[in-house]
Amino acid sequence: MTSFIARQLGFAYGLNEATFEFPEHGLITIAGPNGAGKSTLLGILAGLRAPYRGSCMFAEKEVRQWPKREFARKVAFLPQSVRMEFPFTVEEVVLMGRTPYASGWFQTAEDRWAAEEAMTTTDTLAFRGRDFRTLSGGEAQRVILASALTQRPEALLLDEPATHLDLRHQLSLYRLLTELAKSLLVVAVTHDLNLALRFSDRAMVLEDGRVAGDGTPEEVLTPALIARVFGVQATLHGGHHGGWMSYEG
Amino acid sequence: MKGSVLLSAAVLVMVVIIAPLLGSSHIELGRAFAGMSPDHEIFFYARLPRVILALLGGAALSVTGVLFQCMLRDPLAEPYTLGVSSGASVGAVIAICLGWRATGVASLVGAALVLLIVLGMAVEGRRLSSFTLLLTGVTMNSMAFAVILFLHNLASFSQSFAISRWLMGGLDAVEYSTLAWLAMVVVAASVLVMAYAPHWNLLAVGDDWASSRGVSTVRLTAMGYVAGSVLTGLVTSLTGPIGFVGLIVPHALRLKLGADHRVLLPCAFLLGGAFLVACDTLSRTVIAPTEIPVGVLTALCGGPFFLWLLKSRRRSLWL
Repeated sequence: MTSFIARQLGFAYGLNEATFEFPEHGLITIAGPNGAGKSTLLGILAGLRAPYRGSCMFAEKEVRQWPKREFARKVAFLPQSVRMEFPFTVEEVVLMGRTPYASGWFQTAEDRWAAEEAMTTTDTLAFRGRDFRTLSGGEAQRVILASALTQRPEALLLDEPATHLDLRHQLSLYRLLTELAKSLLVVAVTHDLNLALRFSDRAMVLEDGRVAGDGTPEEVLTPALIARVFGVQATLHGGHHGGWMSYEG
Repeated sequence: MKGSVLLSAAVLVMVVIIAPLLGSSHIELGRAFAGMSPDHEIFFYARLPRVILALLGGAALSVTGVLFQCMLRDPLAEPYTLGVSSGASVGAVIAICLGWRATGVASLVGAALVLLIVLGMAVEGRRLSSFTLLLTGVTMNSMAFAVILFLHNLASFSQSFAISRWLMGGLDAVEYSTLAWLAMVVVAASVLVMAYAPHWNLLAVGDDWASSRGVSTVRLTAMGYVAGSVLTGLVTSLTGPIGFVGLIVPHALRLKLGADHRVLLPCAFLLGGAFLVACDTLSRTVIAPTEIPVGVLTALCGGPFFLWLLKSRRRSLWL
C-alpha cells in the first residue's frame, strides 16, 4: 500500500522531475545539499506549494484537489521553526492542531484530550501554560510536534526537526519518530546523515532537484554517493547497523 | 474567557451610562427624559449621539487593530497602516478644497478607491501576499500624505484651518439615522471577523501554519482586509483619523488577556468602545468649555497606561 505517489514532480524552483512512491508507514529521511529541493518537495507533499508540474497523489487523489480541511486531517506539516509575534501559550499552540476537526468556536473534550496526549508524548505537558516565546529552540520544536500530532495525521512531514535540538533531544526525537512510524508515514528532511543512517527505514537523497538516491540507508548513504552529491569524503565506521560516518572536506 | 468578556461589557455599560451625564453644562436626567429644555436637547442631541459615535468608532478601530496586527504579523500595525484612512483623508481634503459640503461622502469614496487599489495590487491569481498588502498600503499612505500636503499648500486660510481640523480627528454629534447605519455595518463586520477568531489565531502564527491546518489563507486574508478597511473607512469618514486607539487597545489587551482572538476580539470591541467614550468625555470636560482634540487625549491617556502595563508585565512576557 502507498500513501504519496509522485511522477515527474517539478516546481518553479528547486525541484525537477522527482519520481517516487512512499509507503503507508515507516520513517523516510530526505537529505541533500542546500538548494537541492528538499523543503520544496516537502512543501508540495504538504499541499503548501502550488502549482507544481507532474503529478503528486496522496491516497490516490491529487494533492491539489484535496479539500484543505480534509487534507489537514490526513497530513501534518512541521516547519523548520516558528517565529511567534504574539503571546500564545504552549497549550493554545498545541490546540491549534485541532482546527481541522473544529465545528465551532470552542474546543471539545476530545480536543483537550488529544492535546494532552500529544503533550505527554512530546514531554511538553510541564510547561503547557508558558508563553511560547519564552521556550528554548528545542522546547519550541517539541511543542510544534505536539501541535502536529493533535491533527491525528496519517502522514507527518517534518522540515529539519532536529535543527534546534541538543544531542540528547535529537536522539529522543528520532526515537519518538521511529515509534510513530510504526503506524504512520513519517518523512523528515535532515542534514544529519548519521541520524538518517541510524533511524530511517528508507533514505532519499536529492541533488539539483532530482532524486540521486532512494532506498534503504545502507544502499543509499554510501561514501561514493556522498562524495558525488555533497563533495566530501565520508568514511563509514562499524558497518551500517549502529555504524556512523565521519567526514573530511 | 467568559469572565473577561462579561467584565469588559460591564465596563462599557458603566462608561456609556456615566459619559452623557458629564459635560460643561450640568443636566438632570429626569428633566432630559421629561423633554424639558435645555437638558433634553443637550442630552439627546449633543451628548448621546457623540457617545454612541465614540463607542462605535473605538470598537471598530480596536477590532481592526487586532485584525491587521494578526494578519500582517506586525505588532506595529494599526487600522491606518494599510492606507484606507489616508484615502479617506485625501477625499475629505479634496472636498474641503472644492468647497463641497459632503466631506463624509468624499472621504468614503477615497477610502473605497484605496481599498480597491491595494487589493488589486496584492492579489495575484489565487494568491494574496500580506507582505505586498503591507508594502502597497504603506506606499498609498505616503502618496496620500504628499497629495494632502500639496492641496494644503494651495488652500486658502479658511480651507487650511478646516483641513488641519479634519486631520486632527474629532467627534461631533451626528444624526441618529447616520448612527443607525454605522452601527449596523460596525456590528455586522465585527461579528463576521469574530466568527473566524480560531482561524485568526492560526494566521497570527503564519500562512503555512494556518494552511497546513486546513485554513484557506487567501480567502481569510482578503476577508480580513476588506472588513477592516470598511470599518476604518466608515469611522474615518465621520471622525477623521483618531490615532492610538487601534494600536494601544489591542496591545494592552494582549498583555492582560493573552493572544487568543476568541477573547481578544470581543474584548477589543467592548473596551475599545469604552476607551474612546472615556477619552471623548475627558476631551470635552477637562478644560471646558474648550475641547481638546480627542486624538490628543487618546495618546495622552493611553500612552502612560500602556507604558505602565508594559513595565509591570515585561519580565513575565520576556519582552
